[in-house]
Amino acid sequence: MMQPELRTPAVDVDSIAHEARLYSLWETAPGLKGFLSSVDHKTIGIRYIVTAFVFLALGGVEALVIRLQLAGPNLTLLTPSEYNQFFSTHGMTMIFLYAAPVLSGFSNYLWPLLLGSRDMAFPRLNALSYWIYLAAGLFLYAGFLTGNGPNDGWFNYVPYASRDFNPGLNQDFYALGMVFLGVSTTVGSANFVVTAFRTRAPGMSINRIPIMVWGTLTASVANLLVVPAVSLAFFMLWMDRQFGTHFFDPAGGGQPLLWQHLFWIFGHPWVYAIVLPAMGMVSDGLPVFCRRPVVGYSLVALATVATMILGFGVWVHHMFATGLPGLGLSFFSGASIVIVLPSAVAVFAWLATIWLGRPVITTAFLFFSSMILLFVIGGVSGFMTASVPVDWQLTDTYFVVAHLHYVLIGINVFPVVGALYFWFPKMTGRMLDEKLGRWNFWIMFIGFNLAFLPMHLTGLLGMPRRVYTYAANGGWGTLNLITSIGSFLFAAGVLLLLINVMKSLKSGAAAGRNPWDAPTLEWAVSSPPPPYNFAVIPTVASRHPLWEGRLGTEGDRSSLDRGMLLVEGKETIGTSGLDADPDMVLKMSKDSFAPISLAAGMSVLFTGLLLKLWALAIVGAVICTMALIAWFWPLHELREREAPHG
Amino acid sequence: MNAHLWPLTYLTSAGARAASVVPLTWYLLTVSIIVVLVIAMLLWAGVRRSRPHDLNVGMSAIPVERGDNGIRWISVGVMVSAVPLVVALVWTMLTLAAVAGPPAHPGLVLDVTGRQWWWEVRYNADSPPDIFETANEIHIPVGVPVLVRLHGGDVIHSFWVPQLTGKTDTIPGQVNLSWLEADKPGRYLGQCTEFCGFQHAHMQFEVVAEPRAQFDRWESQQRQSAPAPVTPQATRGLALVEYRCGLCHRVRGTDAGAISAPDLTHLMSRRTIAAGTLINNPGNLVGWIQNPQNIKPGSLMPNQVLSAAQLSDTLAYLESLK
Amino acid sequence: MAETLLSRPENLPVGPTGRQGVGWWGVSTLVVSEAALFAYLLFAYFYTGATAPRGWLLESAPRLQVALPNTVMLLVSSLAVFWAERGLMKGRRGQTLAALGVAFVLGAAFVVLQCVEWRGKPYRLGDSSEASLYFVTTGMHAAHVVVGLVALAALSCWTALNYFSARRRMAVAAVALYWHFVNVISVCVFLTYYVTPYLGFGR
Repeated sequence: MMQPELRTPAVDVDSIAHEARLYSLWETAPGLKGFLSSVDHKTIGIRYIVTAFVFLALGGVEALVIRLQLAGPNLTLLTPSEYNQFFSTHGMTMIFLYAAPVLSGFSNYLWPLLLGSRDMAFPRLNALSYWIYLAAGLFLYAGFLTGNGPNDGWFNYVPYASRDFNPGLNQDFYALGMVFLGVSTTVGSANFVVTAFRTRAPGMSINRIPIMVWGTLTASVANLLVVPAVSLAFFMLWMDRQFGTHFFDPAGGGQPLLWQHLFWIFGHPWVYAIVLPAMGMVSDGLPVFCRRPVVGYSLVALATVATMILGFGVWVHHMFATGLPGLGLSFFSGASIVIVLPSAVAVFAWLATIWLGRPVITTAFLFFSSMILLFVIGGVSGFMTASVPVDWQLTDTYFVVAHLHYVLIGINVFPVVGALYFWFPKMTGRMLDEKLGRWNFWIMFIGFNLAFLPMHLTGLLGMPRRVYTYAANGGWGTLNLITSIGSFLFAAGVLLLLINVMKSLKSGAAAGRNPWDAPTLEWAVSSPPPPYNFAVIPTVASRHPLWEGRLGTEGDRSSLDRGMLLVEGKETIGTSGLDADPDMVLKMSKDSFAPISLAAGMSVLFTGLLLKLWALAIVGAVICTMALIAWFWPLHELREREAPHG
Repeated sequence: MNAHLWPLTYLTSAGARAASVVPLTWYLLTVSIIVVLVIAMLLWAGVRRSRPHDLNVGMSAIPVERGDNGIRWISVGVMVSAVPLVVALVWTMLTLAAVAGPPAHPGLVLDVTGRQWWWEVRYNADSPPDIFETANEIHIPVGVPVLVRLHGGDVIHSFWVPQLTGKTDTIPGQVNLSWLEADKPGRYLGQCTEFCGFQHAHMQFEVVAEPRAQFDRWESQQRQSAPAPVTPQATRGLALVEYRCGLCHRVRGTDAGAISAPDLTHLMSRRTIAAGTLINNPGNLVGWIQNPQNIKPGSLMPNQVLSAAQLSDTLAYLESLK
Repeated sequence: MAETLLSRPENLPVGPTGRQGVGWWGVSTLVVSEAALFAYLLFAYFYTGATAPRGWLLESAPRLQVALPNTVMLLVSSLAVFWAERGLMKGRRGQTLAALGVAFVLGAAFVVLQCVEWRGKPYRLGDSSEASLYFVTTGMHAAHVVVGLVALAALSCWTALNYFSARRRMAVAAVALYWHFVNVISVCVFLTYYVTPYLGFGR
C-alpha cells in the first residue's frame, strides 16, 4: 500500500485563537442557505424535536375529536368514514411521526455531546434522515387533509386494506408514505450504530457510555433488522392494490396472515424501539436529581439489550386470536411473560436510585419519577394480555387501548417532557419556569390518569376498540365521559408545556453551563454549545467525568481542559469499538445541499407512484440519482480521493 | 360484575369454556393491582425522603455521593417479581390446554361466516332439506358443547361472546375453530372484535341458550320454508320481496334466493335486526328498510324507495315470516 | 492523588485508509438492512407455500437453462470486482478499469437475461401468489443489481479520473461489499425458487 497519511494530533489547552478557527470551520452559514444545507447535529436534533411536537399536537387534536365523538352513546359528530380516518391517523401520527422522531431528535442532539465528539459519524446522512421524515410526514398528512387518510387502523390489516374493500387513495397514501418514512428510520439507525462504535471520546469504553446511548443503540440495531419487514409489507400491499398481485388475497393463493406476521415482526420490536431510548433518558436524568450514580448500571444496560432481543420473539402475541396452533401460542405466551423480567430490572434500579440517593424535587424529577409508576401500570396490563386464554377476552377491547396508552405516554411522553425540562437549558441557554412546570406536571399527570385508568374497566366491561360509537346497553357511557374529560385535562397540561417553552425562550432565567450540576460531558460546554461542541477532545476516565473527585473513587481523572485540538479542517477523532482507543482522524463533511435535494427527489418519486404518473416518478428517480452522485463524489477534503495534482 | 348491566363483560361467565378462564383473569388482575400499589408506595415513600430545603440552595450546593451499591434492590425485586410470573405461566399453560381444543364430541356443529356487517349462521343436518341458515341470532341447547366453524366471508372479523367464549377471528382462506357451551338458559351478547370497516361498531349477535325441548322446537320451526301468503296485502308484499329484497336476500320457498345478505325466512323469530342494532318491531323494520344508511351509514344495503302502500304491503308479508 | 488521563496518540491515519473508515461501516449497516429485506421476501415465499393447499407451485420443475448460468455469471462478476480492488492495491489503474468494466458488462448481461427469463415464464405477475412472489423477489434483486451498475459506472469514471490509490479506495471497497452482497442474495434467491421445488417444496 502507498504510505498512509499519518498525523500525530497536536494536544494543548483551549485558546481564543483556537476557538476562532473552530468557529470558522464549523459554523453554519446564516440565512436560507445555511438553513437548507446545515449538517449540524444540534440543528437537526432541534428540528426533529420541534417537528415531532407539531405532530404530537396534531395527533392530540385528533384524539380530542375522537373523545368528543365517544363522550356519550350514539353521538354523531363524526361519520364512520371520518372516524376511521381520525383514529387511524391518530395512531399513525403518534407512533410513527411523534414517538420515534422525538427520541431521534434528543439522541441526535445529545449523542456527540454525551460521547465527547464533534458530530455524528455521517453528518449529511443525519440531515437526510430529517428531511425525509419531514417530507414523508407531509406526504402522509396530505392524504388525511384531503379526506384520503389511512382508515384501517395503524396496523392496517388485509383484506380490509385491499382494493376490493378500500378503493380510494387512503391505503396508497399510507403504504407509500410508510415506505418513504422507512428510509428515514433506516438511515438514522445506521448513523447511530456507526457513531456509537466509531466516534466516542478516547477512554469512553463501552461500559462508560450513558444508558440513553445503550437505549438508542439497541433500538437502532433492531430497526435495521425489522423496518424492512414493514416496508416490504406495505410495498406488497401497494402491489396487490395497483398491479393485481396476490400476496394477501386468498382467492389468488395469497395469505392474509402474511400481512400480520410481517407487520408484527416489525411492530413489536418497534414499540420497544420507541421506549428504550426514553428509559435511557430516565436512567441518565433521574440520578442527577438523586445526587448519585444510577444503581446497577451494568444490569440496566444488559436489561436494555435483553428486552430488545426478547422483543424479537413475542410478535405473535398480537395474533393470539387468529387460529394459530396451540404449541406456537404457548411459546409466544411464555416469551411475553418472561420479557417482564428485564423491565423489572430497570424499575427496581430506578426505585433504588431514589431510595439510596438524595432526591431533589424539580419538574424534571417529577416527570422522570412518575414515569416509573406509569411504566408499571402499563407493564402489568401487558402482562395480563400475555396469557393466551385471558388475552382471548382482553384483546381488541378498551383494555388494550388503556395498556398501550400507559406504555406509550408513560414510557415515552413523560420521559420526553422530563428530558425537555432537563436539557432545554443546555439547548437554549435558558431555564424552563419551575412554577409553571409544577402546574404542567400535575395537570398532565392527573388528566392522563383520569382519562386512562378508568379505561381498563371499560375494557373489562367488554367495550370493543375502534368503534365509532356504542349503544347505551353496554353500560359504558359514564366511563367514556370520564375518559373524555380526562383527555381534555391532559391536553391542557400539554398546552401548559408549550406555553412554558414559548415563555422561557423569551424570558427564561439564564442557565449557565451546568445548572443541574450533572456529571456527563454535555454539561462541560456552554449552553447552548458552540457549533464544534468541544474545543479540545476530552479524554474520559469514568461514567461521570464531572463528578470525579466527589465520588471518592481512586481511579484516574478525565481530562477536559487539555486534549487533541483537531483543527486542520472539520475533524473529530475516530476510536475503537469497545475500548475507545483513538485509531484515526475523521474528516467530517461540510454543510451540503445533497441531502435536501435527495429528499426532494424522493418526494417527487413517491408522488409519481401515488398518482401513477410514471413520467413524474422517473423524473424523481433521476433527481435522486443525480443527488446521490453529487453526494458520493469523492472529495479530497474528506480524504475520499487523492489530492488533485498540479 | 353484573352481566345484565354489562352484557359484554367477561369478569363473570355463563359457560364452561369462559368459566375456566375467569379465575386466571382475576388472579392476573389481582396480582397487577397489588404490584401497582406496592410500587406506588415505594415510589411515594422514596420521593417523600426529599429535603424541602434542598430546592432553595441550588443543585451544586447539594453534595453528590456514590452511595450504596444497591444491587440487592434489583436482585430481590426481580426474584420477588418472578414468583407471580411463574405461577401465571404455569396456570396459563394449564388453562390453555383446557380451553383451546374443541370438544371431542360436540352436541352441535355450526358454520358461522363473518360478513360486513352481519353474521351468517348455518345449521347442518344429515338430510339436505333440513339444512338452514339464519343471521345474527344463534340458538343452542343448554349444557351441550357446540363446535363453531368460523369462515371468512370478506374481511377479517372476530367472533366473541364474552360470557361464553374468548375471541377467534374469521379469516378468508381458512377455517378457524371455536367452541362454547352455556350452563344455563339465557341470551348472551356477542360482538365482532376485529376492525372490519364502517359498521364494525354495529356488528353484534346473540347466542340464545334454551332447554333441549325448546331448542328442538326452534330448530324444526327454522327448517320450515316460508308459508304462502294468506292475505292479498301479503301477496303483494311477497312480490315486492322477491323482486326487490331478493336481489340480496333469501326467503326459502320463494323466488327470493340471493345469498349476499341475511336469510329472512324466519325474520320475525329474531329479537333484533341489523346485527343487534335495532329491536325487531314494525316501526324499526320500516325505518330500516327505508333508510339503512341513516342507521348504519356505509352498510351494504341501499336505501329503498318505496311508497307508503308498498311499505305496508312488504311489512304485511314480512310479518308472516315467523 | 489521581492521575489525569490524557490521550496523546501518535501517527494516526487521517481519513479513510484502505478499507478502514466509517464509510465501510455505513455500507455494512445498509447491507444488514437489505439482507433483512430479502430474508423477509424469502420468508413470505416459504410461509405462503407452507400454508397453501397442494399444487401451489405453477412450475414444479422450473427450467434452469437461463437462471443457473445467470447466477454463475454474477458470481464471476464478484471475482471481477475483487480483481478491481486488487488493482488499486497494487497501483495498477488499468487493471482496475478493466475489471470494473468486466463486472459492469456481466451485471448488465444479468439484467438483460433476467428480463429474457421473465418473458419465458409460463405465468405472469398477477396469476397467483407464487407468481407474484417470484416476480417481485427477482425484480427486487434485479433492482439492486441496477443500483450496483450505476455505482460501478461511477467508480469507473472516478478511477479514470485518477481519484483512487492504494490508500484512498474506500468507495471501491464499499461498492465491492455491496456488490458481493447482491450476488450472495442471487444465490439465495436461486436456491429458493429453482432448487427447493425439486426438493418437493410447494408441490
